[in-house]
Amino acid sequence: MVIQALAFYLFAGITVASAVMVVSSRNPVHSVLFLILAFFNSAGLFVLLGAEFLAMILVIVYVGAVAVLFLFVVMMLDVNVAQLRQGFLQYLPIGMLVGIVLLMELALIGGAWVLTPEIEAALGQPIPPVTEVTNTEALGQVIYTHYVYLFQAAGLILLVAMIGAIVLTLRTREGVKRQSISKQNAKQRSEAVTVVKVPTGEGM
Amino acid sequence: MDALLLEYLPILIFLGIAIVMATLMLAASFVLGPSRPDSEKLSAYECGFEAFDDARSKFDVRFYLVAILFIIFDLEVAFLFPWAISLGDIGVFGFWSMVVFLGILTVGFIYEWKKGALEWE
Repeated sequence: MVIQALAFYLFAGITVASAVMVVSSRNPVHSVLFLILAFFNSAGLFVLLGAEFLAMILVIVYVGAVAVLFLFVVMMLDVNVAQLRQGFLQYLPIGMLVGIVLLMELALIGGAWVLTPEIEAALGQPIPPVTEVTNTEALGQVIYTHYVYLFQAAGLILLVAMIGAIVLTLRTREGVKRQSISKQNAKQRSEAVTVVKVPTGEGM
Repeated sequence: MDALLLEYLPILIFLGIAIVMATLMLAASFVLGPSRPDSEKLSAYECGFEAFDDARSKFDVRFYLVAILFIIFDLEVAFLFPWAISLGDIGVFGFWSMVVFLGILTVGFIYEWKKGALEWE
């Protein structure tokens, strides 16, 4: 129990510290690296909660893919950080104001939060204990049957993301010469070569 | 819960050893190593003339497209894991719901193939 608490404070502390570093570090690439550290430590927190599958997905998807995407964006935009940071102090009061308003709203929502009695029924299946089925299996038992519409909606969202990315970023360059193997193989001798009888002394 | 976390104890120990080792090595080299700072040591090594440009240059947007397509199929595979181990419990309906899901994404896959998004130039 003590180790669990210690691990929690280690992961939570590093998560918060690296999140602060994401915002405050000078170099955007360092920001992305700190973001990766934050993701790793959140994965540790998920493991402590018993949500193994979410923890592993966090590592695979967020660390493996989303962080790489952020790195690409940082590289692609080629932002001049010194220039960006110039107005940082100037806008600080406005940012603080917006932050305080958001905090107040969150506090209001948190204060007025009441769980409806029907939520018990809406939960569908209760989570089975970890000793009987593993975390991943428990998820699999409900995602594909109880939440089939949400699951298909996730598929549709992925489809939209795929098509949107292609529409936005795909540019086919004109005049690029490509090798087409099927075209090469389909070529007949008769299309490529013509044998011409040239009479002597006359030319073509 | 505790049995689950006990399985992760070796990883935690490994993590602790890694942190201690890394800190020790960095601290030892910081304390014990000779330190003769020189501004030339920090400057970029370049023959002949001074560096006049940032080493970081803009990337082609194609890398981004490849990364996004990778993430989408990564997520698709992530959905396959719970499905694969609980296939015995969820029956035929669960099987076909996954097939429909894969079918939707196959439409996108055919689209990107036909569009030429998988080809470089």
